[in-house]
Amino acid sequence: MGEVARETGSRVPRGVPSTVAAPRATRAARLSPPGWLHPLVIVLALIPFAWAVFALGSDLFGDTRHFGSEPIKESEHFTGKWALRFLLLTLAITPAIRITQQGWLIKYRRTFGLIAFLYACVHLSIYFGLDIELMWDLLVEDVLDRTYITLGMTALLLLIPLALTSTKASIRRLGSKRWNALHRLIYVSAVLGCIHFYMAVKRDVREPLVYITILAMLLGYRMVAERRKSRAARARVTLDQGQSTA
Amino acid sequence: MLIRTTPEHPIPSSEITPEGVYQNRREFLREAGILGAGLAASSLIACAPGEAAVLRQQSTLNGAELKPELTPEVDVTSYNNFYEFGTGKDDPKANAQRFRTKPWSIKVEGLVSKPATYNLEDFIKPHKLEERIYRHRCVEAWSMVVPWLGFPMADLIRRVEPLGSAKYVEFNTLLDPQQMPGQRFPVLDWPYTEGLRLDEAMNPLAMFAVGVYGKMLPNQNGAPLRQVVPWKYGFKGCKSIVTMRFTEKQPSTAWQVAAPDEYGFFANVNPEVDHPRWSQARERRIGEIRRRPTLMFNGYADRVASLYSGMDLKRNY
Repeated sequence: MGEVARETGSRVPRGVPSTVAAPRATRAARLSPPGWLHPLVIVLALIPFAWAVFALGSDLFGDTRHFGSEPIKESEHFTGKWALRFLLLTLAITPAIRITQQGWLIKYRRTFGLIAFLYACVHLSIYFGLDIELMWDLLVEDVLDRTYITLGMTALLLLIPLALTSTKASIRRLGSKRWNALHRLIYVSAVLGCIHFYMAVKRDVREPLVYITILAMLLGYRMVAERRKSRAARARVTLDQGQSTA
Repeated sequence: MLIRTTPEHPIPSSEITPEGVYQNRREFLREAGILGAGLAASSLIACAPGEAAVLRQQSTLNGAELKPELTPEVDVTSYNNFYEFGTGKDDPKANAQRFRTKPWSIKVEGLVSKPATYNLEDFIKPHKLEERIYRHRCVEAWSMVVPWLGFPMADLIRRVEPLGSAKYVEFNTLLDPQQMPGQRFPVLDWPYTEGLRLDEAMNPLAMFAVGVYGKMLPNQNGAPLRQVVPWKYGFKGCKSIVTMRFTEKQPSTAWQVAAPDEYGFFANVNPEVDHPRWSQARERRIGEIRRRPTLMFNGYADRVASLYSGMDLKRNY
């Protein structure tokens, strides 16, 4: 908001709506999304969650097969995949902002991150509560002996500090530098989560490969952007040096 | 000294359909187009619903241990692992409906005194079909109770007279990527190959199934002919069989080739030998919420354990 005001402020006469008088933005037009968009997105994002709760309950206690013949397994996979999808969506926000110049999207990074965490928690609950039936010894055995579960569990545990520090107050308390460093853990979590999916599949790895490809693109974008930035910085330094010697 | 004689068919009568049901056999065969030349289009359609109901009713009257636990037919015919039609559990039912199982022939070859290619009808006709209710344990730790219709593998093997040098029998599924879309991707080394040691194949529990739930096998269940080896994990049951080869050497099997550290040649159900990625100690019976303990040799230890005496089952998984 502050940026917009600075660009147009002085030239806008009082009483004239800014949209009329404001000069066309030089790059991408800045959209201003309606206030109901964010709540709507949250509701949409929770539809798979609501469906999972309804369908699983109905399959277990009624005579339905929304999740097929093995509803516990299927709902476990269903919620795990939604966790990964929202994790990837969270990672897609920053590139989306850079490409579209829509700064307001930043708010959705936290929203999607928290929703990813929610799905991961449901995924874990189905696994622990229904799949292995609250057997702690089996949980320990799985986490210690089965690499894909070790990775999946790590991916989820890494999300906990991120969810806990997702508030604005936390950013203030930690300071943006430390907060940013901490929240880089999402990269580790996403990588481990995708490997977990890949390793969990019996034989047909086409689906996890789609997730891994998208993750690679999102991380690759950051690497390219980072390199470009440092090259530009270096160029500026040499330019400065050139000018000073001239 | 105690001398124990082994009965010819050491299967408790409780696991075999009562005699009355066999009277329907001719009707079943006629419906299936196996008897006579009438291979009408309708023959692919299962026997009349009424007839199936009779079969069911008589089955339950028998009061066998497993009968009240039969897995619902809808699960048996819609929750399938048949990678030739896709790797999802519901893919086979969705993708196999137009699969042509007529005409069908089965080649018997290798170390056998009567190598031949049989029409499906000729392959089945000499045998007495029986319904057998077996536990079915998938390597993925789920299980079902399935009323198969078929005949003992041993009867067929005796008929084709394997040579003395034959030690194993290998089975192949049809290779036809046109009809089997799953074969267009190298998920497994097609065609699907399975195998048994000859004495395993001769065990009275091992059978060829041509039907399930009193009807012809639906395509997604491995029509028109599949193996059923109830003390082994489900993947040992080769579906839509086109070749049966008697060999001296142990055949390499599809899953063993794909992931040798996860799937062995024997693949006997064993709660003590875990899959690297999950425990095999317990299983979830389809339709039940809680898991139940997995039984050694899927509960058939008394009839098959002797096949493996002296073998290290942890190594020969």
